[in-house]
Parts: sequence; structure tokens; C-alpha cells
Amino acid sequence: MNKNKEKLLAKRYSSEKRFQFLGKSAIFMALLFLAIFIFKIFSTGYTAFQKTWLIVPVNFDAETMYLDANPSKEDLEEADYFEISLQSMFNLDKNANEKQQNELKKMVSYFFEREIKQELINDPSLLGKTKDVYITASDDLDQVFKGNYPRDLPENQRRVTDYQLKIFDQLVEQGKVESKFNLSFFTYPDSREAELAGIASSFMGSIFSILVCLAIAFPVAVLAAIYLEEFAPKNRFTDFIEVNINNLAAVPSIVFGLLGLGILLAVFQLPRSTPLVGGITLSLMTLPTIIIACRASLKAVPPSIREAALAMGASRMQTTMHHTVPLSMPGTLSGTIIGLAQALGETAPLILIGMVAFVNTIPGSPMDPAASLPVQIYIWAESAERGFVEKVSACIMVLLGFLIVMNLFAQIIRHKFEKKWS
Amino acid sequence: MIKISAKNVDVFYGKKQALFNINLDIEENQVTALIGPSGCGKSTFLRCLNRMNDVIDICKVQGEIVINDFNINDKGCDVVRLREKIGMVFQKPNPFPKTLYENISYGPTIHGMAQSKQEMDEIVETSLKKAALWEEVKDRLHEPGTGLSGGQQQRLCIARAISVQPEVILMDEPCSALDPIATAQIEELIDELKKEHTIIIVTHSMAQAARVSQRTGFFHLGELIEHGSTDKIFKNPDNTKTQDYITGRFG
Ligand SMILES: Nc1ncnc2c1ncn2[C@@H]1O[C@H](COP(=O)(O)OP(=O)(O)OP(=O)(O)O)[C@@H](O)[C@H]1O
Ligand SMILES: [Mg+2]
Repeated sequence: MNKNKEKLLAKRYSSEKRFQFLGKSAIFMALLFLAIFIFKIFSTGYTAFQKTWLIVPVNFDAETMYLDANPSKEDLEEADYFEISLQSMFNLDKNANEKQQNELKKMVSYFFEREIKQELINDPSLLGKTKDVYITASDDLDQVFKGNYPRDLPENQRRVTDYQLKIFDQLVEQGKVESKFNLSFFTYPDSREAELAGIASSFMGSIFSILVCLAIAFPVAVLAAIYLEEFAPKNRFTDFIEVNINNLAAVPSIVFGLLGLGILLAVFQLPRSTPLVGGITLSLMTLPTIIIACRASLKAVPPSIREAALAMGASRMQTTMHHTVPLSMPGTLSGTIIGLAQALGETAPLILIGMVAFVNTIPGSPMDPAASLPVQIYIWAESAERGFVEKVSACIMVLLGFLIVMNLFAQIIRHKFEKKWS
Repeated sequence: MIKISAKNVDVFYGKKQALFNINLDIEENQVTALIGPSGCGKSTFLRCLNRMNDVIDICKVQGEIVINDFNINDKGCDVVRLREKIGMVFQKPNPFPKTLYENISYGPTIHGMAQSKQEMDEIVETSLKKAALWEEVKDRLHEPGTGLSGGQQQRLCIARAISVQPEVILMDEPCSALDPIATAQIEELIDELKKEHTIIIVTHSMAQAARVSQRTGFFHLGELIEHGSTDKIFKNPDNTKTQDYITGRFG
């Protein structure tokens, strides 16, 4: 009898140990995958925050630009920079033949003319002088300099020619190649050229979409939740609504995209590819999430609090607004943030409403065309150029950073509210 | 003087009838105790008096409950005004998760009873004093009410109920979650409060009913079996069921 008991006890202990071991290994696995993922993202992405510049002497020759000695600001704006820009590139190798000159030109971004122009506009006194100008290297050379480009491939399989590599190596030797913080990654919109592509458009697009989504989904969802939970009679009809809200939360996001396409764009003729439409579409998705979170936290408010307020002679409205809703706010807010975080990472519906279009302007309002961060990741991941590989990872990092900031924000709000109430 | 008079009150929860034809008069400035075995409908009756049963969707109340010559079951009755006059203290202390001060000032605020901060301070102080809590909490009025002990919380709830100077206070087993010392304090308090308020208390403790009440009503299976002065009910009841219940033979 006693022996049996002991055996049983030992069995119970060992089963508990087994369970703990399983639990711990599950957590370990999860952490391991997370670590691998983050390591991968960072190791491929961190180079995107650096950009390679070629330092090229430019001769700001007035005659070549058809300028007189004392040009006005307009003159400088209008002047022809193409010739001097081209010349400065050709000067890197005075003996280059025509084909090689073409290759020289391709060593920098097509933006080089504008970069040279900016230099003169910033300092008009450079006219007639020669100055070293920082020019964005082409994305291929950028990758070469970062060591991401396999130089030992046969030439016909490379996007950089032997000649370009030769000139580039010369420049490196002379200290004429520099890697600097890639500010343009944050300030430029998307571009077909990897060296010029930035996330400004998609970042702003995401912010605007989220704001539109929040502005629509939060008030509607909270009002709906409060009405359903506190005021609506409990009958078949409200049960039906409840079931449908839960169903709505499970609808695949692409369906909402179709809805946006079919109704917002086709019927209401809202402007395509804009965060306004994106935000409204996302808000349809976020709505049930917030409603469910808000209802759950309203349900969690003890009925005794409602009774206390009602018994004091508070009306139902007062009971709800003074007691129930404030008490449910922490839960509602974290539900909202979770909903918004989902919306932030949503790609499919945005692609459907056209936010996948190539946008090379930075939106100034929700009515301007824009991309969004996850769509940007999708676009770049589709691109063939090697230069976009690191951009994808960098964009993921920005997106994750955005999410972390949002969650932090949620925690802070939650903390504040909870302090107040208990 | 009769303060409340219930006439032919029936209560249904859905199809199930919980109270059968209750006729009961409540005397002003006295303590009326409602006793009876669990599930007999004491709370249900108490909640009829401030229309708290409205909150329960399936609950239907029929019959007349006249307070100050006015039938509160009339369509024209304003429950907000009614509940201002008829306060309630619940079985489990349920202070708002706010500060002590806010707990007391809530009622006077929504009913616009104080013109200034000073007046409000006064209301808070007198309410807490009447509830015999002032001395214990006067230094921490702005701390959360949920941080008090159970007995203190219940006295806070009583203070909250009397802050709007109700004519009637309904108490549903106010001491069931409290220890004997806290119970004694509350009983003393009830004795004090009956000078200004009419009190109806539901209790499971015969001793408590005998100690605090002047009148007693005995409920059984949804019927009011017997009511009258506490002395009579406890010493010399007419009904054998009452006799059995009081002597502890069932319930
Ligand atoms: N919300 C409700 N829905 C359905 N039936 C209810 C509800 N509240 C009470 N009842 C029923 O009404 C009857 C009376 O309940 P009530 O709570 O008034 O009893 P009580 O005398 O207060 O009991 P106790 O002493 O245990 O508190 C019981 O049979 C109970 O099951
Ligand atoms: Mg009860």
C-alpha cells in the first residue's frame, strides 16, 4: 500500500519534470528561431544604412554650362549640368574609348547630375573652379565596396565590368571612395535604382494609413462595443450580430482588399493608391479586433461596480461613461494596438487597392499616393538587383522598430491607466 | 408612519415566479429585517424597492410599491430620482476603484448637491463620520478605496450610500463578509442611522435581526409568511414555519 503510494508520487514528480522540460525546450526553440531570424535580418540589413560615395573632381566651367560670369539664381537652376557632369566622369580615365566612357558614366547613379547641380547651387562661388564632389556610387559598386558582390564570377555574369572594377579599385586606392551613413534611405522615396531607393514614401504611407485606420476604427469599434455590451437587449438579433463580428475577425485580409477595391475605389471613386483608401480598408479589418477586445474588457468589469453606480442614482449612460468604460480602457487600448500592429503589417489588401504602385514622391497627406512598409518590402523583395536585398532587411528592421515603438506606447498608456484605477 | 408599502407584489424571472403576492408595510425611521432561508426571495424583494431588478432583462415586477404616496412601478417613475432617495448597500463591499474621496463625492456630484469644493468636502466628511470611518481614513482620502480592509470598505459603501441623504437605505446582508468586530461596528452604525433614515436589512443571522431591527418579515419559498414587530416574531410567532426557522429547525 505504502509502496504503491510512493511509486505514484515518484511518477507524478517525473511527469512534472517531463512537462517542465518540454515547456522549457519549447521556449528555447522559439527563442532560437527568433534569434536566427533577427541575426539574419541584421546581418544582411545593416549595410543598407551605409552608402558608398565616389569622390570625383568636377570642373564647374561656366562656358560649358552656357553661363556668364555672374549668373542669377534662376540661371543656375536652368543651366545645363549634363556636359560638366559627364566630363568629370570621363576625366576619371582620360584614355577611355567610347564604350569605356559609357561604362564610366554607369559607375554612379543617374542622380549624379542633380548632385553636382546641388553642389553649385549651395555654393555659387564654385563657378569656374574645380571641386571634389561626393557622388552616389551605382548600387553594384556599392555592393562591391560592401563586399557583397562576388568579384570572381566571369565578367559576362556580372553587372560590373572588369573595366569598371579597375577604375573603382584605382579610386579606392586613392581614397576617393567613401562609405557614409545612408541618410537618403530615410529621406528618399522609392526608386528603380537601389542606390537611391529610400523608405520615406512607404514610411509616411504607413503612418498615414495607420492614422486613418485608428481615426475610423477606434471610435466606431468602441461605440459599437459599448452599445452591444451595455445597452443592447440580449436577443437573437444581437446574438446574430455578435457571431458575425467574430466571423468578421476571421475573414482573410485579402477579402477586405477586394471590398476596398469594389466599393471605395469603384463606387465612391476615392483616389487610388492612397493611404486614405488603405486606412479605410485596414480599419474594416481592425474593427472586429477592437470590438472584441473592448467587449471582453467591458465584460471583465465586475457587475458589482455597475450596480454600485446605478444604486447611487447614476443613469445607465453615466454608469457606463464614468465607471465601466474607464475601467475597460487598458484592455481596449492594448486590443487597439494589437489591431493596429496587424494592420501595419498587412500587405495583401493594400496591394489590391493599388498601394503597390511605384511611388517616387513622398506623400504629404493621406490623399497622396503612397506605398506602405510591408508593401515596400514586397516590392523590393521582388526586385532582381542585388542592391535591394539589403534594403529588404533594412526595411524589415524599420517595420519591426515601428512595431516595438507602438507596443511600448501601448504599455505606457496601459500603465498610466492602471495606476489611476487601482 | 408608513414609509413604504408593497401591495400584491409578484416577481418573475422569465417564467419562474420568485415572489408571490407580497404585502408589506415598512415603518419610517425603523429598522426592518428580512429573514428566511436561502433562495426565498429576500434580495429580490429588496431590489424591487429601488428598481434594481430593471437591470436584469428577464425580471418582471408586478404589483404596487408605494413610497411617499407614489407608486414606483408606474411608468412615470424616474429611477434616477428614486435611487437618489433609496440608497443601497450590497452584500459584498463594492467601492469604486477610485479614491476614497471620489467614492463619496460621486453621488453628490451627479445629483448636483454641492455648489463648491468646500461644500463637497463637508459632505464627504459628514458622510464618513456618520459611517464611523472618518477617524481611520481622514489622512488618506486620496488613496484608492479598494485599499481598505473588508469592514472598512463596507463602511465606505455605507458612507457612499448616505452621502446623498437617502430617505431609505436598503442593506443586503451587509455583514456577511465581515468578522464579528466589524459586524458589531456596522450594527452600531445601523442603530445610529435609523434616526435619520428608514432601514431595511436582509440578514441570515437571527441574532443580528433580533439585535438591530424593530420589525421583521419572514420569507419562505417566495412568500411572505409572517411579519410584525421583531419581539413578537422572535418570541411568539403565529406561524409554525416561522417558529421552526427561528429555532433553527430548518433553513
Ligand atoms: N438573476 C436571476 N435570474 C434568475 N433567477 C433568479 C435571479 N436572481 C434570483 N433568482 C431566483 O429567484 C429566487 C430568489 O432569489 P433571491 O436572490 O431573492 O434569494 P435570497 O432570499 O436573497 O437568497 P440568499 O439568502 O441566498 O441571498 C431564487 O430561486 C433564485 O434562483
Ligand atoms: Mg440574497
